[in-house]
Amino acid sequence: MSTCVAPVTSPDPRSPGSRPGPVAEASAAGLSLQRLSGWGRTGFVGCRVLRVRTPDEVAHALRTADQRGVLPRGLARSYGDAAQNAGGCVLDMTGLDHLEAIDREAETIRAGAGVALGRVLAAALPSGFVLPVLPGTASVTVGGALASDVHGKNHVHEGSFATHVASFTLMLASGERRTVTRADHDVFWSTAGGMGLTGIVLDAVLQLRPVETTQVLSVRRRCEDIEALLAATATAAADHEYAVAWVDLGARGAGAGRGVVEGGDHAGVADLPADRRQRPLRQDGDHRVTVPAGWPSGVVSWPAVRALGAARWARAPRRAATRLRPLGRFLHPLDGVSDWNRLYGRPGLVQYQLAVPDGTEELVAGIVRRVAAGPAACPVAVLKRLGPQPGLLSFPLAGWTLALDFPADAPRLHHLLAELDDRVAGCGGRVYLAKDSRLRPETLIRMYPRLAEWQAVRRSLDPTGVLISDLARRTGLATAGDHRRA
Amino acid sequence: MRDGTGSPGTVLVLGGGSDIGLAIARRFVHDGARTLVLAGRDPDRMRAAAEQLLDAGAGCVDRVAFDADDVDDHGRMLKAVVARHGDLDVVVLAFGVLGDQLSDEVDAAKAVQVHRTMVLGGVSVLTHLGQLVRRQGHGDIVVLSSVAAMRARRANYVYGSAKAGLDAFASGLSDALVGSGGHLLVVRPGFVRSAMTAGRPPAPLATEPDAVADAVVAALARRAHTVHVPRSLGLVMGGLRLLPRTLFRRLPDR
Ligand SMILES: Cc1cc2nc3c(=O)[nH]c(=O)nc-3n(C[C@H](O)[C@H](O)[C@H](O)COP(=O)(O)OP(=O)(O)OC[C@H]3O[C@@H](n4cnc5c(N)ncnc54)[C@H](O)[C@@H]3O)c2cc1C
Repeated sequence: MSTCVAPVTSPDPRSPGSRPGPVAEASAAGLSLQRLSGWGRTGFVGCRVLRVRTPDEVAHALRTADQRGVLPRGLARSYGDAAQNAGGCVLDMTGLDHLEAIDREAETIRAGAGVALGRVLAAALPSGFVLPVLPGTASVTVGGALASDVHGKNHVHEGSFATHVASFTLMLASGERRTVTRADHDVFWSTAGGMGLTGIVLDAVLQLRPVETTQVLSVRRRCEDIEALLAATATAAADHEYAVAWVDLGARGAGAGRGVVEGGDHAGVADLPADRRQRPLRQDGDHRVTVPAGWPSGVVSWPAVRALGAARWARAPRRAATRLRPLGRFLHPLDGVSDWNRLYGRPGLVQYQLAVPDGTEELVAGIVRRVAAGPAACPVAVLKRLGPQPGLLSFPLAGWTLALDFPADAPRLHHLLAELDDRVAGCGGRVYLAKDSRLRPETLIRMYPRLAEWQAVRRSLDPTGVLISDLARRTGLATAGDHRRA
Repeated sequence: MRDGTGSPGTVLVLGGGSDIGLAIARRFVHDGARTLVLAGRDPDRMRAAAEQLLDAGAGCVDRVAFDADDVDDHGRMLKAVVARHGDLDVVVLAFGVLGDQLSDEVDAAKAVQVHRTMVLGGVSVLTHLGQLVRRQGHGDIVVLSSVAAMRARRANYVYGSAKAGLDAFASGLSDALVGSGGHLLVVRPGFVRSAMTAGRPPAPLATEPDAVADAVVAALARRAHTVHVPRSLGLVMGGLRLLPRTLFRRLPDR
C-alpha cells in the first residue's frame, strides 16, 4: 500500500543518528564505539553499541554491565536522548526481528521487540488487519512503541499502543525473564511509557483490528484562526476515528494559528471506486525521496516557514472535502521523505510536544500566538486530541496535544521553551519524554505526578540501577548505578 | 549532558577566580547552564564570583579547592566534584600565571614555577579530564591557551613557552578524543584586558573577557578544535610564524 510500509523490513540500525567512531578495544566483544543521537540529531555522544540477536545475548550484556549501565535502542525515532547512554552500553534491538504468523482466532500477532511497526502492518494488511494504534511514523519498533507508550491520531477512541498489547516478555536487569500481562498492573503500566528503564522488552503479543480495505476516507478543511481550529479539531475527533490538525505558525496577525483540520475513517468496500472493489486489500506502491547528508543549516527560517505555510494553506479546501487515501499516507505523511530530519542541517532540531487538560483551550491558543511571535522559527505544528491513559509515566492525558518543531540553534530557544514549560506545568500539563531533549529535574516532577510511584516500581525491578539513559541522567527520571555503587 | 538547545547541565571552571573563566561561566549561565562549579586555590576568594553567577540565574554554584601545582590531588578533586554533581558537561581550564618576564628570566626557581603551574598542572589535570570524558562518552574541555604559545617572543618567552607546552599537549589530546563523544577546544586569545593584565599596555587587536566567552561558545557549537580571539589573530599569527627570525626578534614588544 502506502509510502511507509514496505521498505522498513531491513532497517539500517545505524540510522538515523549515528556517526562511526574509531573502533576501540570494545570490538573484541562485538561492541563498536559509535556516536549516537536521537532523531533530532542534537547532542551526539559516544556509546558502546552491541547488536543483539537473542535473549541470551541481552542477558549477558545486562549481567556484565559496568557502572555506565545498559540501555535498549530501537529505531531511534525518539527525538532527544531517550535512546542513548553516553559512555555506556547500548543494545541495538533491531536484531530481535522475529515476526510470527497472525493468530486469526485471537486476532493477535507476536512480534520481536526489534520489529518495525511498518513491517507488522505490511504483514497484517493482506489478511485484512491493521494495528489499532500507529504513531506518525511506521519506522518505530515494537519495543520503542511500548517504552514510549505511543499514541496515534485516534487516542480518544483507542487509547495508546499499550492499550492493545495483550502481553509482553520483559527481561529484568538481573537477566530474569518474565511474561507480563495486564493482571500484573504495576509492571505492565510502568514498562509502558517507562522509557526502557524497567527492563528490556523481548517480544510482545499485539492485538489487531479487522478492516475491509487499505484506504482511509479523509475529510479536510481550513479554519481561519486558532479558536476555529481548536473547535473544529474537537468536533473532528468526536466524529471520526482519526483526527489531526496542522497549525500554520507562519501566518501573521489575526490569521496566526489558522490551520487545516483532517478527520479520517477506515473506508469500507462500498467506499472504494468500482474498479477497486474486487481487491480491497491491494496495497499501493512506495514512493520515497531522501534528504542528502550534509544539507546546510539555516534553511529552516521564518521566510521559509511563511512561504511553506502559505502554500499549504492555499492547497487546502475551504469547505470540507472528502478523499480516499492509502492508510500509510494518511497516518505517516512524513515517511515519504527519508531522513527529513537532515533538513535542519548540522545543528539538528528540537521538538516540543505538550499535553494539557481539557478546558485549557485559551492556554493552547496563547501558546500558539506566543510561538508565532518568534524569534524561533517553527515550521511544523500539529494539534491533536487525547484521552486518558493509565500508564504511570505515559504522556497522554484527557485534553490537547500540540507538537512544535524548531531548529536547535533557533535564537533564544532555551528561554522560549522554559517559558512554555511553566505554562504547561502550571495547568497540570506535561511534555512528552519521547520527544524531549531539555527538561530539567524540577520540571519533570511538576509534570509527572506519578513519578515517585513509577520510581518505586523501577527500584523493585532494577535495584542496582543497571538500566540508564541520558534522558534519565539529565532529568533525574532514574538514578544510575554509577552514583549508588560509587 | 548538553540539552537539545545546547545548554550544559554542569560546568566546572578550573581557575574559577579568573576574569576569563568567570566570563565564560556567565555566558553559560545566560544560555541556561544549571550548575556551576568554581575551582580555585582559595574558595573564599570566589565568593563574589559565585554570587554574581547566582544573580545571573544559575541554579546552583559550588566552590571547591583546587591547586594546579598539587598534581597528586587532581584525581581526588575531580572524583569529588563528579560524586556531588554527576557528569561534567563542560570543563574550562582558566588557571595560569602571567609571571613577570624580567624577573622570571633571571630566576630559575621563578621560571620553573610558571611552567609547573601551567605545563605540569595542565598536563596532569588534562590527563584526568581526558579519561573522564572518554568514560562519560561526552563532555567539552576548553583550554585557555594564548597567541603567545604560537611563537615564543623575546618579551615574554617564559610565559609563552609554558603556554606552548600546554597548547601542544591539549592539541594532541583534542585529536585523541575525536570519536569518543568528548571534545577539546584550544582557545588562543590575544591580549585580554582583565585583572591579570591590569597596568600593562594593551597590544593591538586587544580583546575583552566577554568576547573570549562568546567565541568559546560559538566554537564549541561548531565543534572547532582551535579558535583565535579575535579571529583575525589567527591569520596575523600565522603570518608572524613565517617571519624570518632576525625580523621577528626586532618586532616591537606590543
Ligand atoms: C516522524 C515522527 C513521528 C512521530 N509521531 C509520533 C506520534 O504520532 N505519536 C507518538 O506517540 N510518538 C511519535 N513519534 C515518536 C516515536 O513514536 C517514539 O519516540 C518511539 O518510541 C520510537 O520508537 P523507536 O523504536 O525508534 O525507539 P527508540 O527511539 O530507539 O527508543 C525510544 C525508547 O524506547 C526504549 N526502548 C527501545 N527498545 C526497547 C525495548 N526492546 N525494550 C524496552 N525499551 C525499549 C529506549 O530505551 C528509549 O527509551 C514520532 C517520531 C517521529 C520521528
